[in-house]
Amino acid sequence: MISLKNVHKSFGSKKVLQGINLEVPKGQSLVVIGGSGTGKSVLLKCVLGLVTQDQGTITVGGDVLGPKTREAFLEKFGMLFQGGALFDSLPVWQNVAFRLLRGSLKRPRDEAKEIAIEKLRRVGLTAETADLLPAELSGGMQKRVSLARAICADPDVIFFDEPTTGLDPIMSGVINELIREIVTEMGATAITITHDMTSVRAIADQVAMLHDGKIRWVGPVSDIDTSGDAYLDQFIHGRAEGPIEAVR
Amino acid sequence: MAPIALLGRSVIAMQASIGRVAIFTANAVSQLFRPPFYPRELLQALLQIGWLSLPVVGLTALFTGGALALQIYAGGSRFQAESVVPSIVAIGMVRELGPVLGGLMVAARVASSIAAEIGTMKVTEQIDALTTLSTNPMKYLALPRLLAATLSVPILVAVGDSIGVFGGYLVGVTRLGFNPATYLENTVSYLETWDVISGLVKGAAFGFIVALMGCYHGMNSDRGAQGVGRATKAAVVSASVLILAANFILTEAFFSS
Repeated sequence: MISLKNVHKSFGSKKVLQGINLEVPKGQSLVVIGGSGTGKSVLLKCVLGLVTQDQGTITVGGDVLGPKTREAFLEKFGMLFQGGALFDSLPVWQNVAFRLLRGSLKRPRDEAKEIAIEKLRRVGLTAETADLLPAELSGGMQKRVSLARAICADPDVIFFDEPTTGLDPIMSGVINELIREIVTEMGATAITITHDMTSVRAIADQVAMLHDGKIRWVGPVSDIDTSGDAYLDQFIHGRAEGPIEAVR
Repeated sequence: MAPIALLGRSVIAMQASIGRVAIFTANAVSQLFRPPFYPRELLQALLQIGWLSLPVVGLTALFTGGALALQIYAGGSRFQAESVVPSIVAIGMVRELGPVLGGLMVAARVASSIAAEIGTMKVTEQIDALTTLSTNPMKYLALPRLLAATLSVPILVAVGDSIGVFGGYLVGVTRLGFNPATYLENTVSYLETWDVISGLVKGAAFGFIVALMGCYHGMNSDRGAQGVGRATKAAVVSASVLILAANFILTEAFFSS
């Protein structure tokens, strides 16, 4: 289980997270929604240890996440970045098997390549893709490669940062379906941040809405249409009028 | 008060920058002794920084050596001292022009490319991706480049020195009428071992500065294309200025009597 208790984070005088409390049970998929600039990415970076919170505790499986324990946690984590964040200079298979080619999870090169190709197949790419460079792939293929990299070391927790941004609706559907299948199949815990309500309905067990650095609403995905929360209602229906002020 | 406040802010900002560079340097160097090591990345950096800089450093040295021979000949003729051309070309190239021009050419070529590459990696979240893949970006990106530049620039300087002296020889023999054997003899007999070693030490220091500035500005690049552009410009300018400053300090340390 991942647990956040009273997490605060500020950048200078700007308070980004203001007392976040969240719990994600093992094997569940939590999707965090909210407008741009509400602190979703910072929240994700705090859980990943890329940003250290000013106050509050984050625990994973009961162990507190901190600078000294971060390395051990990172080995259990997989992450799909918004833009893919693939390494331009490495062929696709080395991107996927990055973790297996160095560090404590190091495997022989041939074995690492075999695993990478197997993961590429899992996300619907052929073995021929393995030797291409990321620049030779379409946006959808890059997202799939990034997904293959996220799951390559069989992580316990997978993070998805805007997994469908920049993709057409059909490719978005394919990625959502893949995420759902893979997370279920691996029994992993998943935390996703997104604006895309189609993604939310496709991949979430639980939904949390972040607004002004605070959790505004949290509950099962089946309840989002009947939450009675004006903020959530405005967000999921994409209305300009409502309590959330649209910056024009 | 305003000018004094402005001056104070500038001094504080400069000290803060020096502090940040010092911490960055200490962090990078401390990685040298902690596993894991990345020999593949080091080899790649050696190829990029050392081998691929050879043409630009070689051509710069060749033309500089030739021009130096012409200048010394023209100046020396005023004192009937044309015979000093071979020795002054050799000493000038090996002690000063080889390392400084080599360092500046490497700064232009390498500091910019390191800053642009690492800066782009930062803005496209590749550095965050490295961290999430249990890889320390400092160790994986900065250390191999720092090591490669520190090791390869002295070799580039040595090759550049030889090519520069050869440029002087070509001009001396074909344009200024020197006897080839006498030119070579005068080149070798007046050159001391310490002249060569001091130039190589300067090369190592300049290589370190180039890679350090490239990595530092790349890692601290702002978002967007403009941010990467600014980081690249800052890397080249700061590396060039620091090379010239370090050259003065090292020359003072090595040769002041």
